[in-house]
Amino acid sequence: MSGTPKADSRPLSPHLQVWRFHATMAASITHRFTGMGLYGGTLLIAAWLAALASGPDAYATVEAIAFSIPGQILLFLWAFAVLFHFANGIRHLLWDGPGLGFNPKVASHISIFNYAFALVGAVALMAAAVLS
Amino acid sequence: MSDSKFVTPSKVTRGLGASKTGTSHHIRQRVSAIALLVLVPWFLFSIMKAALGGYADALTWVSSPVNVTLLVLTAGAAFYHMRLGMQAVIEDYIGKPGTRAALLILNTFFTAILFVVVVMSVLRIWTGG
Repeated sequence: MSGTPKADSRPLSPHLQVWRFHATMAASITHRFTGMGLYGGTLLIAAWLAALASGPDAYATVEAIAFSIPGQILLFLWAFAVLFHFANGIRHLLWDGPGLGFNPKVASHISIFNYAFALVGAVALMAAAVLS
Repeated sequence: MSDSKFVTPSKVTRGLGASKTGTSHHIRQRVSAIALLVLVPWFLFSIMKAALGGYADALTWVSSPVNVTLLVLTAGAAFYHMRLGMQAVIEDYIGKPGTRAALLILNTFFTAILFVVVVMSVLRIWTGG
């Protein structure tokens, strides 16, 4: 056998139009999405640290933006993204290392758990911040 | 891999995959993930405490040698992990060779510059300058 196998014998790549919706597929997309969100989010952390290094005036400006309503919404989304990517990242390590969690039912349950963990965790962090 | 019916003989011979450097990319992504497994919880809790206490508390946080060490380690692992992750996204979705190369270069520059900004800010606070 040489050359490329018949086109119809090849697996379809996980593309939105050919995959039925299920929790693990949603978690996979969310993992990539939150990863890209966190990529942008590092700009905000870098801005916070740069302002801290620049002095009290710059820091006050950044603080005012962070504690405004749009700032708080952004921080909530950031917390959700960190916690989801963190939990789902552990699942990826378990897939790649010991090879755990490949059973479709288990994978589905872990996916739903990861969403719940991120949501509850982000709400808890925001509540702790507001109450302090 | 070599017994898969989806891999052509020439692919098996080359053993490189689509990006030509897939295996090392995969391992580096996982190693930085393991580092972040420890660093991210520390970062999340301590930056929250520092940010809620106002300017003075935040300055104190970045003035301890332990925190400065952990901050630089977190930044290093995170920006490295980020660069690899965005590289995979660009390679997946951008087909045009010129655009792809330009975005891959921008990805490297963006993460390198931001890493230096973070490290310089932290060191500037730590040394009190």
